[in-house]
Amino acid sequence: MTVKITVNGRAEAVEAELDTPLLWVIRDELGLTGTKFGCGVAQCGACTVFVNGQPRRSCVTPIGTIPDADITTIEGVSDKVAKAVQAAWTEIDVPQCGYCQSGQIMSAIALLSEIDKPSDRDIDLAMNGNVCRCCTYHRIRAAIHDASKRMEG
Amino acid sequence: MLHYLEQDLKSGTPASRTLIENVSRRSFLGGALTVSGFVMAINVAPAGAREALKSYPTGAAGMPHGVITDPKIFIAISDKGDVTIVTHRSEMGTGIRTSLPLVVADEMEADWTRVKIDQAPGDEPKYGNQDTDGSRSMRHFIQPMRQCGAAMRQMLEAAAAAKWNCDIGQCKAQLHEVVNTESGEKLGYGELAQAAMSLPVPALETLKFKSQDEFRYMRKGEAKIYDLHDITTGKAIYGADIRLPGMKYAVMARPPVVGGKIKSVNSEATKKVPGVEGVFEFAGPDAPPYKFAPVGGVAVVANSTFAALKGREALEVEWDHGANAVYDTETYTKAMYETAKKPGKVIRNQGDVDKAFAEAKDTFVGEYHQAHMAQAPMEPLVAVARIVDGKVEVWAPVQSPFGARKDIAEALKIPIENVTVHVTLLGGGFGRKSKWDWMIEAVHISQKIGGAPVKLQWSREDDIQHSFYHTTSVERIEMAIDAKGKVTGWRHRSVAPSIVSTFAPDSGYQFNIEYGMGFADMPFEIANVRCENGEAKAHARIGWFRSVSNLPRAFAVQSAVAELAHKLGRDPKDMLLELLGSDRVIDPKAAGFPEDFWNYGEPYPEFPINVARLKGVVNLAAEKAGWGKTLPAGEGLGIAVHRAFASYVAMVVHVKIDKDGTIRVPEVTAAVDCGFYVNPERIRSQMEGAAVMGMSAAAYSAITFKGGAVEQSNYADFQVATMANFPQKVSVHIVEPKEGHHAGGIGEPGVPPFAPAFANAIFAASGQRLRSMPMGDKIKV
Repeated sequence: MTVKITVNGRAEAVEAELDTPLLWVIRDELGLTGTKFGCGVAQCGACTVFVNGQPRRSCVTPIGTIPDADITTIEGVSDKVAKAVQAAWTEIDVPQCGYCQSGQIMSAIALLSEIDKPSDRDIDLAMNGNVCRCCTYHRIRAAIHDASKRMEG
Repeated sequence: MLHYLEQDLKSGTPASRTLIENVSRRSFLGGALTVSGFVMAINVAPAGAREALKSYPTGAAGMPHGVITDPKIFIAISDKGDVTIVTHRSEMGTGIRTSLPLVVADEMEADWTRVKIDQAPGDEPKYGNQDTDGSRSMRHFIQPMRQCGAAMRQMLEAAAAAKWNCDIGQCKAQLHEVVNTESGEKLGYGELAQAAMSLPVPALETLKFKSQDEFRYMRKGEAKIYDLHDITTGKAIYGADIRLPGMKYAVMARPPVVGGKIKSVNSEATKKVPGVEGVFEFAGPDAPPYKFAPVGGVAVVANSTFAALKGREALEVEWDHGANAVYDTETYTKAMYETAKKPGKVIRNQGDVDKAFAEAKDTFVGEYHQAHMAQAPMEPLVAVARIVDGKVEVWAPVQSPFGARKDIAEALKIPIENVTVHVTLLGGGFGRKSKWDWMIEAVHISQKIGGAPVKLQWSREDDIQHSFYHTTSVERIEMAIDAKGKVTGWRHRSVAPSIVSTFAPDSGYQFNIEYGMGFADMPFEIANVRCENGEAKAHARIGWFRSVSNLPRAFAVQSAVAELAHKLGRDPKDMLLELLGSDRVIDPKAAGFPEDFWNYGEPYPEFPINVARLKGVVNLAAEKAGWGKTLPAGEGLGIAVHRAFASYVAMVVHVKIDKDGTIRVPEVTAAVDCGFYVNPERIRSQMEGAAVMGMSAAAYSAITFKGGAVEQSNYADFQVATMANFPQKVSVHIVEPKEGHHAGGIGEPGVPPFAPAFANAIFAASGQRLRSMPMGDKIKV
């Protein structure tokens, strides 16, 4: 089947079975490798992307369920919130191995787009579906607060 | 870490010799200077407060292929002045890809903003040992990398002296250029590159090193990790991100029980799945030891990862589970507790323990258990392989690329020169990626499809169910107490299936490396000590997990101390300090350590067990945490200390119990004495991570077996700490090193003290003593 989607502003016609998870379309077909495979069952958040502006676990999002969707991956984020988040992540040296960080950053952008001054509790609730085995949670929280401040400017 | 075993086969401690200057490979002089002129030139002390090397032996010399200190191997300078530094250790999150090149850059006076980093392929004869494990990278390579940098700096200065036709003493390298201190002239590194590189490498004894006050990057913690921008923008390349033209995708179905074999395969449905291109069967090893060999199974090759996964789902495989089908965690754990009640093989004996217990006024007994765990790095195993004209090329996130290369060559019966192993970034490792079973799988699959490039992807389920597991254990500690409340006898029985069973016929007993991790090296000043090892045969592949046997040992020993304190009505920190005893360096012989005592592979005189350093971190952590402060009901502090990988870490954990019994950790205070350190910023990040991973192990993570197969499959049932409940704050206090306190490990030593400090804090907060890991994150209220 041919499925039409827009990825990072580019119109794509993808040949794929309709049950193919968006993750594998993004990675295998489109060659965008910033979105990561971690668990395959929406338990780790490494594959988080935006589908029509909403954060989704791409590993459990069949491509057939999102025809004509507008998709943004880590490679395509560029708004003020995203820039603040990426700058904060850099300032605070968040990553260790870095593998989960695309997903962490996508979830953080989603949170700050919704709540511009999140509390620790807001952060823990929004981010607890994103596993980091290096355990960078302290810095993730600090970076989200830092990004929130940067967004004021 | 396989080399731990190789090291073990050699007798005694590694050779105490100074670092090897690999002169045989040096080319002789060409270019502007004559040999004698150059030698004369470098005999003149360079300007500035530079010091002769106070070198010390490390275990690096005893590792396969040791160390290489040739700057021409590790450093390249373009004529524009861009410096490329090769890193031969794998980056899995510790920051080593930044920290080691930073050492080179500092010592050679390079401008860090003009440094590029190249990842070395697996080639130990060229780069020296590449096993990125055992918390060894900084411990073993700070000196060689300083040598590389210093030699390069002196070569640049010598090249400048030749150009200016002046004494080298007036040529001083300074931030990417050499300055003539008499004339004020300057030459950039780019202008000097060719001449400098054509000079012979100065001998070790002629090298001068920067004094600490001259350090530009070392010990500052200001440099960002090298891959930071790529990571935060999705551009960083991990194993799965390698894409080759015409690449196929593969997954495998493996025997659920290790040692199991295929009985029958029906792949009809699989072959009908759109995109599936081939199904191949592979036999596993005939009999244990399994080493790092693939376990065999059925590979499905397709034109996409998802088609391969769907094809695998459609497979009908019947397995012969083999001898390990008997493995049942419940039965096995009970048996371990029973074994620990009986005398075992004596590993350490000091004084007369039987007499101490016979004469004791009172005794203490504590039994501590830990379940198996999987490393479960965020990046599941993955490798890309291809074979062109008999030459194999593999890309993988691997901790030991040269070991992998050797085994791939053996598996294919081809010369090692025909195998190339490229190292990508690792999405975590924690010991799993110091094996290379999956890389051999990928190569075998490529072989089946005519050498075409193929990406073998492991799913999370594969990762959880086919790991080399952290051992499961029962540690039983008994103490004899005299009329004055003094501990006069210590008996520790350790029962755990051994890592050695993965490599050699299983005797049921552990080996010196496991004995050296918090068991035989127990540091308390007690007159009578006996450490015994009870039999436990392995029915799963046992492997390394960050900090290895230190985890259950620190949990047992440091929990027992707090339990004893409670029994005697003492403060747990005071009790701990009393047991540690006088400030001293432990004499292994007098303390009855085993003849083959393993000190993390390090020469003991250079890396001894220094009790003053243990006490130092205990006092520092206690002071910073406000030990002794009054806390509300339902809250408590726990303390623990442990030496591992030649570093000393103490942790105070603050626990707060919610009304519903949920255990929360508002704060962890860590004090770390890792000797000479380079990158305090990454030391902090390692300690933060260790505290949270410590909580995963302490509260959440367990692998259990039934019928020989792993019962867990993904993060839903193999749980790890998430932001739903994790230590809210981790304060890290780094001890300033004293003279002669050499660099210790950092990646692993932070993990062991967390679990006992957590258990001790739960007890302080609730009066409930938890002795089995994982303890859960809720107590009964």
